[in-house]
Amino acid sequence: MNLNYLPFEQPIAELEQKIQELRLVGNDNELNIGDEISRLEDKKIALTKSLFSNLGAWEVSQLARHPKRPYTLDYIEHVFTDFEEMHGDRHYADDRAIVGGIARLEGRPVMVIGHQKGREVKEKVLRNFGMPRPEGYRKALRLMETAERFHMPIVTLIDTPGAYPGIGAEERGQSEAIAFNLAVMSRLKTPIISTVIGEGGSGGALAIGVCDELMMLQYGTYSVISPEGCASILWKSADRASDAAKAMGITAQRLQELGFVDTIIPEPLGGAHFSHQEMALSLKKNILAALDRMEALTTEELLARRYNRLMSYGL
Amino acid sequence: MSSWLDKFVPSLVRSESKRSTSGSVPEGLWKKCPKCENVLYRPELEKHLDVCPKCTHHLRIGARRRLDIFLDKEGRQEIGAHLEPEDKLKFKDSKRYKDRLADAQKATGEKDALVAMEGSLDGMPLVAVAFEFSFLGGSMGAIVGERFIQAVNVCLEKRIPLVCFSASGGARMQEALISLMQMAKTSAGLERMKQEGIPYISVMTDPVFGGVSASLAMLGDLNVAEPNALIGFAGPRVIEQTVREKLPEGFQRSEFLLNKGALDMIIKRDEIRPRLYNILSLLTANKVA
Repeated sequence: MNLNYLPFEQPIAELEQKIQELRLVGNDNELNIGDEISRLEDKKIALTKSLFSNLGAWEVSQLARHPKRPYTLDYIEHVFTDFEEMHGDRHYADDRAIVGGIARLEGRPVMVIGHQKGREVKEKVLRNFGMPRPEGYRKALRLMETAERFHMPIVTLIDTPGAYPGIGAEERGQSEAIAFNLAVMSRLKTPIISTVIGEGGSGGALAIGVCDELMMLQYGTYSVISPEGCASILWKSADRASDAAKAMGITAQRLQELGFVDTIIPEPLGGAHFSHQEMALSLKKNILAALDRMEALTTEELLARRYNRLMSYGL
Repeated sequence: MSSWLDKFVPSLVRSESKRSTSGSVPEGLWKKCPKCENVLYRPELEKHLDVCPKCTHHLRIGARRRLDIFLDKEGRQEIGAHLEPEDKLKFKDSKRYKDRLADAQKATGEKDALVAMEGSLDGMPLVAVAFEFSFLGGSMGAIVGERFIQAVNVCLEKRIPLVCFSASGGARMQEALISLMQMAKTSAGLERMKQEGIPYISVMTDPVFGGVSASLAMLGDLNVAEPNALIGFAGPRVIEQTVREKLPEGFQRSEFLLNKGALDMIIKRDEIRPRLYNILSLLTANKVA
């Protein structure tokens, strides 16, 4: 089994391997290998299309956490320019599970903040698997307040399994850090555009996700608890995660139907990881459009709209 | 203590003799303290506001009783009582959410896990809300959020303080993202009170976790807790499984949180009324019209 592919993606992986093998042979052989390769390429595309045409919530949930999926820093590289990373909460530490800083988006100054996961073992540990501690949320808030002072819109990218459940995190007030962000973000006098780029895990996601427009990548998920967590509590077995994923309605489409998501950003065929660049371009276009909509409002209008939006949740 | 013993012995005999004649113990006349395991005579326990007279353990109490203890008897008015939960997601695990709601409503007599009431404390007008932990673990869904906001709105309109007694496992899973968003909703309402300079006192009672802890419970102008309440973001079992370490003694208890700086103070149940009265009088003494 190819670990860079999810279980349901394995047939694609097999075809891809065949194509690679043929390419190697192709160099010293003039047979109709070129035809065969393009036949297999077509087949791969058709297969991918059919596999992706009807994904269940559980498959989407796996895609949202795909090991090859682009992370915040990938988007920062492809979407923004002149990025200056800002570190630390000024009180305790720099939490590497959240990255942020000032940058330009098509020339416009913005504050960009996102959860950051790691790709290799060492980086995964450094990033704490994208699970922030209180200092991460406090850093995020410090950056957001900086953005407010300098009249910069805030762009947040959400991708976390959740806030870190650790001893130190509890000692330093994980709950308070999240709660405080929720409260302050509701009144920051600058537009906030949030996009779920991967996993939107609970309060740990929401703590940088109170916004004027919520966008989700097509295969992102957003939920109150991970499917595994929900399954182990309600079904008493983490093996029922796929049932939990379905029951909770964690996909972009379902959440748009429920009125939480403003925009779903389509992903390249096979998911964002098949083309970081294409995904980034499309994300950029959508963030710009959302910013245009929000910057057309006066500050009073913006804040009243945000507050009313928050108050409407659940009605 | 002697009065407690006086009552203990004769009534023990009474109930024993009753059993011999009718074959049953009167329902709920006795309660075991979950901490010291002493068997307590319920009327005596109630007189002590459900604080164990033997070991001072603060037992969990329901939302209505909590408000009944806290508010003046006169002039109470419930807020948002008509609001009823809805199963928007048609959620079903081993059981339908609809059925779970119906069972919880039957067992508690409440429509949802938060009761909100306008009233007064020693004549000082205020709004108090309390979580009903026995209603699906005091979990926060759309109705809890909405009732909380309606309470906030009364406070904003009348410029009177809000006191919240929380007891909750967190956000309600069966309402998925709807319940997650209640964290943002309630926090935004409280931030508005803060901007307006209207006091909000959060009183955390055993237990407060997850989405309730990480929103309305931690946002008080003063954060208060009852003694020995378990309070945190993640539950102790989840933390233990994640860090694979033994948790320190007293971890996530009120006294631990006080030491770590998360709480302003711990107040015993029988002192909550006078202490909150004092705090609120101080906070509102210099208010500008």
